[in-house]
Amino acid sequence: MSKANTANNIKTSTLDVEKIRKDFPILHQEVNGNPLVYLDNAATSQKPMQVIEALDKYYQNDNANIHRGVHTLSERATADYEAARGKVRDFINAGSEKEIIFVRGATEGINLLAQSYGRINLKVGDEIIISEMEHHSNIVPWQLLCEQTGAILKVIPINDAGELIVEEFEKLLSPKTKIVSVVHISNALGSINPIQHIIDRAHEYNAIVIIDGAQATPHTAVNVQVLDCDFYVFSGHKLFGPTGIGVLYGKTELLEAMPPWQGGGDMIKMVSFEKTMYADLPYKFEAGTPHIAGVIGLGAAIDYVNAIGLDAIAAYEHELLEYATEKAEQVEGLRLIGTADKKASILSFIMDGVHPHDIGTILDHEGVAIRTGHHCAMPVMTHFDVPATARASFAFYNTFAEVDSLVQALETAREVFA
Amino acid sequence: MFDLKDLYQEVIIDHNRSPRNFGKLENPTQVAEGYNPLCGDKLNLYLTTKDDLITDVSFDGSGCAISVASASLMTDSLKGKTVREAEQLFENFHDLIMEEENPDTEQMQSLGKLAALAGVKEYPARVKCATLCWHTLHSALQGDECSATTE
Repeated sequence: MSKANTANNIKTSTLDVEKIRKDFPILHQEVNGNPLVYLDNAATSQKPMQVIEALDKYYQNDNANIHRGVHTLSERATADYEAARGKVRDFINAGSEKEIIFVRGATEGINLLAQSYGRINLKVGDEIIISEMEHHSNIVPWQLLCEQTGAILKVIPINDAGELIVEEFEKLLSPKTKIVSVVHISNALGSINPIQHIIDRAHEYNAIVIIDGAQATPHTAVNVQVLDCDFYVFSGHKLFGPTGIGVLYGKTELLEAMPPWQGGGDMIKMVSFEKTMYADLPYKFEAGTPHIAGVIGLGAAIDYVNAIGLDAIAAYEHELLEYATEKAEQVEGLRLIGTADKKASILSFIMDGVHPHDIGTILDHEGVAIRTGHHCAMPVMTHFDVPATARASFAFYNTFAEVDSLVQALETAREVFA
Repeated sequence: MFDLKDLYQEVIIDHNRSPRNFGKLENPTQVAEGYNPLCGDKLNLYLTTKDDLITDVSFDGSGCAISVASASLMTDSLKGKTVREAEQLFENFHDLIMEEENPDTEQMQSLGKLAALAGVKEYPARVKCATLCWHTLHSALQGDECSATTE
């Protein structure tokens, strides 16, 4: 390693990473005798103390069911829950809090849309467009819907850099296109998709557009009104918040026209055996006691991200990715999978003669946590003709020195199999 | 603290690099497919048995070093064994990498080179890599039509 390229010589003024790392207690531990290097952020991110304390405070002081009791705790819990909805609205610049539906995660958001919007709006021969780089959560719900309605699934292909082939998307568009559902940032490749263009073009055909933002919200600012997307889904746990909570954003007029997805408490105005009246938005889609702590924790996570600033986060992560890409390319026999021009901080790769699972085990032995496998994106693996990849994914609390640890561990893997 | 070399022993590296009995058999009497849905490892096993005796066995497919080496070592150890002996070997191998207590001397002797996979015990996430080929063998011997999975 040439001296000019070591981590110590990298000067970044965008973030105070050492200070940020102090907020994440989990990062300060040893794994297999080595300092933990957590590079599996695309699977789930770690949680800052501010989020952990918000959960703690809720359960220690405010735990009560919401929207029901007249007692003090219920009022406090309700206020915090609804305040978090306001934070989410601001975070993605939705037009109204009515457009923010809390769900379990991006997966549930897409399933809700497929079943509630899809079943009443699609008929035999209608077309749904997704892409070759989708996560299984943006493939299977549409396959189920196609089986139920007779609609047809169309797939935008990707090129060998892992970019959507936009011209092919244009060819798929037709008056039959009813839904376009694409990922904002690919979890397996890191590619950032031209969603503005996709939204604009799909709207010319009066198709509605759903954006899967599970990987995007931790890395880039999202403005749903500027994008003019019809729906946008994301998960809290990838955004430094708790697991089991996510968000479905939808335009008011679309959500109002959709039937409820699940029935139960909290989603009704009045129930009788003759006729039940559903609650107004957003409660129509929030049947049952929700994940109150999760929502409050997500609100705290958004506060935390806002305090650092997504622009600063994106700039720093870009530097990390550039550094890691350069270093990884120097590892003999390493081939990057996903070399899109526009990429978020995800580094997917394979190595000659070393299977990704062996890489994963050897890296873990060195304290470096990465993901190996098909990343719930089997069609992407098929495209690149690999059974699996190794994937390092970075967050703003990762350091250049950690990239060095990754590369050093990769060299160890190469030596084991030399 | 486990040494990486306990898992990736020379024998395993060697069998991964040059797997024995790799490829299709010409006229197998039994064929089975194994698949690990968690990691995508795929394995086809080809067997020729005569009067309850395994006369030839081979495999192909793709997988990690542990799964390839395990299949290679397994095929090496199966030739000339009866079906019952093969199933007994699976049991002994299972104990080797799953049970807290080590197999007794007699079991260890029967395992022979398969003992090189003992290190897998310390890596629970990798146990299925080592057992995929054995599950596939089991379904081949049972004559199961559907593919064997580790799940």
